[in-house]
Amino acid sequence: MKKLGILFSFLLFTFVVTAQNKSYKTLPSVNVKTITGESFNTSEIDNDGKPIIISFWALWCHPCIKELTTIADVYEDWQEDTGVKLYAISIDDVRSTAKVGPLVNGKGWEYEVLLDPNGDFKRAMNVNMIPHTFVLDGNKNIVWQHTSFAEGAELDLIEIIEKVKNGEDISEH
Amino acid sequence: MMNQNIQKLLGLLSLSLFLSFTAFAQQEGKFGQVSGSFQFDAQMYQPDEKLGITDSIIGGKTARMNAFGNIIYRLGNFSAGVRYEAYLPPMAGYDNRLEGQGFANRWARYNTGIIDVTVGNFYDQFGTGMIFRAYEEWTLGYDNSVDGVRAILTPAKGVTIKGIWGTQRYFWDKYEKNSRGIVRGGDMDFFLNDIISSLSESKTKITLGGGLVSRYQADMDPIYKLPENVAAWSGRMNLSYGGFFWLTEYAHKINDPNAINNFIYKDGQAIYSSVSYSQKGFGISASAKWIDNMGFKSDRAVTGQSLDINFLPPLTKTHSYSLMAMYPYATQPNGEAAFQATINYHVPKKSALGGKYGMGIELNFSRTQSIKKTLASDSDVIGEPGTLGYESKFLSLGDELYFQDIGIEIDKKINRHFKLIASADLFNYNMDIIEGHPGEPMVDAFVWVTDLSYRFKRKHSIRWEMSQLLTKQDQGNWLATTIEYNFAPKWFLAIMDQYNYVNKDGVISYTTPEGEIHKKTIEKLHYPTVSAGYTKGTTRVLLSYGRQREGILCVGGVCRVVPKSNGFKITITSSF
Repeated sequence: MKKLGILFSFLLFTFVVTAQNKSYKTLPSVNVKTITGESFNTSEIDNDGKPIIISFWALWCHPCIKELTTIADVYEDWQEDTGVKLYAISIDDVRSTAKVGPLVNGKGWEYEVLLDPNGDFKRAMNVNMIPHTFVLDGNKNIVWQHTSFAEGAELDLIEIIEKVKNGEDISEH
Repeated sequence: MMNQNIQKLLGLLSLSLFLSFTAFAQQEGKFGQVSGSFQFDAQMYQPDEKLGITDSIIGGKTARMNAFGNIIYRLGNFSAGVRYEAYLPPMAGYDNRLEGQGFANRWARYNTGIIDVTVGNFYDQFGTGMIFRAYEEWTLGYDNSVDGVRAILTPAKGVTIKGIWGTQRYFWDKYEKNSRGIVRGGDMDFFLNDIISSLSESKTKITLGGGLVSRYQADMDPIYKLPENVAAWSGRMNLSYGGFFWLTEYAHKINDPNAINNFIYKDGQAIYSSVSYSQKGFGISASAKWIDNMGFKSDRAVTGQSLDINFLPPLTKTHSYSLMAMYPYATQPNGEAAFQATINYHVPKKSALGGKYGMGIELNFSRTQSIKKTLASDSDVIGEPGTLGYESKFLSLGDELYFQDIGIEIDKKINRHFKLIASADLFNYNMDIIEGHPGEPMVDAFVWVTDLSYRFKRKHSIRWEMSQLLTKQDQGNWLATTIEYNFAPKWFLAIMDQYNYVNKDGVISYTTPEGEIHKKTIEKLHYPTVSAGYTKGTTRVLLSYGRQREGILCVGGVCRVVPKSNGFKITITSSF
């Protein structure tokens, strides 16, 4: 009986996942904080109709920092070409939120950095593992997402952003 | 029994209806949107003579599984969600009380921006969390969600008022009368720059806040007269000016005799403060914390990792390289004083040291020690149950070291193909206090790591990690290496070995403070593992096979002991 129940839920999940297809989701409205401790609502994440990257990371996550450092090297070019803006959401809890600002500035990252110390935004966005990266189109629809980072994955990311900006199909990615 | 089955069936049925409806609704945007996530972890355990794992230890439970599925539905201001969890049986290292399955979590929320009401399970924290924090860390089996009501009011810009009332999750035990405490509380937050018009243009930004949490639990103790309502309050301030930031919070708890503080009647208090300054290429942060008798749970009789009402952050760096993470610190709620500082510096590009791409340097220092406790007027020994326990002056320091970590990490892009991270740390780890093993000596360990990535085609890379841990205590020395091949963004394959080579003769000896010499022989042992993974979008499949060393796995301040094991493991995770 138990096993049947699990199987049943499993099938339902698959069903929902497949039923998803072409309907885009938007951002939930959740309160997070800026690195200077002020409240910020995620519905205010915006880039004047240009694409947005949202990347969940933490100080203890080496692949996350690798991803953000790799993108930082080419971020200026990306911004020039596509107008894209990256929001880096740190899920570090209070033990290390004070270290986020110094690390970001220390590395010279030009991203918009937000703190999600109790994981409210992380849960609302269904993030299980980090790094988890989302791409939003000009209308702030979530059009693509990916977990994990390996060297070279940034090449895929910019390709997707360029397609999103030009309104091209990205279903192959 | 019958009743329960019917309930379960009804639950499943309503879930399926809900899902089909929402799945249908997906196609029509205006009916709302569904998102969710899913994870499945399973491990096959096999006997391993070298690890001391026999068939009788496995006890027939050769296959174990943890899984969850989370669904969130959103339509305008309304949202609702459920989380299903199954532990059949829970994987080794998780609390056995998790065994079972069902809907661990369900909630509905209505948020207009001015009023935001949640009924059912919710997570939240007041300030730094020293008086209240409900959160979850599924990978560690940690969940102290509150099941009840939460209301958040934003009557004016810059003003937030929160109220919470409910009971906390305790594995699968449903709340029944007096089975555990009831938690209720309120919190206010004022962003002064939005409230006071003369500050609106100011570069100095100030937030003030404060909260109160109270636990009600009936007193049914045969010996002591226990307080049935225990309150904790806190006040805090955030101040920022340009690149400068200062946060501080003070918390106080009234007398709360409980199993953590060994039933003493002393009040508890804590202070946490951190400052940071950064500008492009440079950042520095320093934090300090002093806590005394601040363990606070929904049930005063419970210890361990459940029913926590508050969160006392350990002030240490969270390490992710496995040998660096061998000796992690866990907060001592009965009293500790801690200090931590970190400096980040980016050596500029084209300088002598920086080279073509520059170089990042991080220095970190953290130290935690005891606080000074003196005899209370009504007790004969420090910490005597039923008395005030002891006296302690605010911010007093004791002389016992609990933990210290001094470290450096550099990261450097060498050229278009190579990237290097190198790191070294010196640890002092008070095993007696942290793991509660009286008589164990202080572990002094030195660890170094090098992590080299080589990208040889646009999307192909190899990562080689080498690390060594040197210590004369505990299990002695370790050498570890990992070779990982990545084909971005989909595939990876890794081979890892951790070798506990102890020392030359394999004997660890130490002298106790009483002058006794202890000797233990540890067998030199390899812990090889092979793993492979495939990622497509947000779906990730990971397979691994091999020996896993016993260790403490910590994420975000919560730690779990992972037992040694040998076998095959699979993880599937996805979100949509």
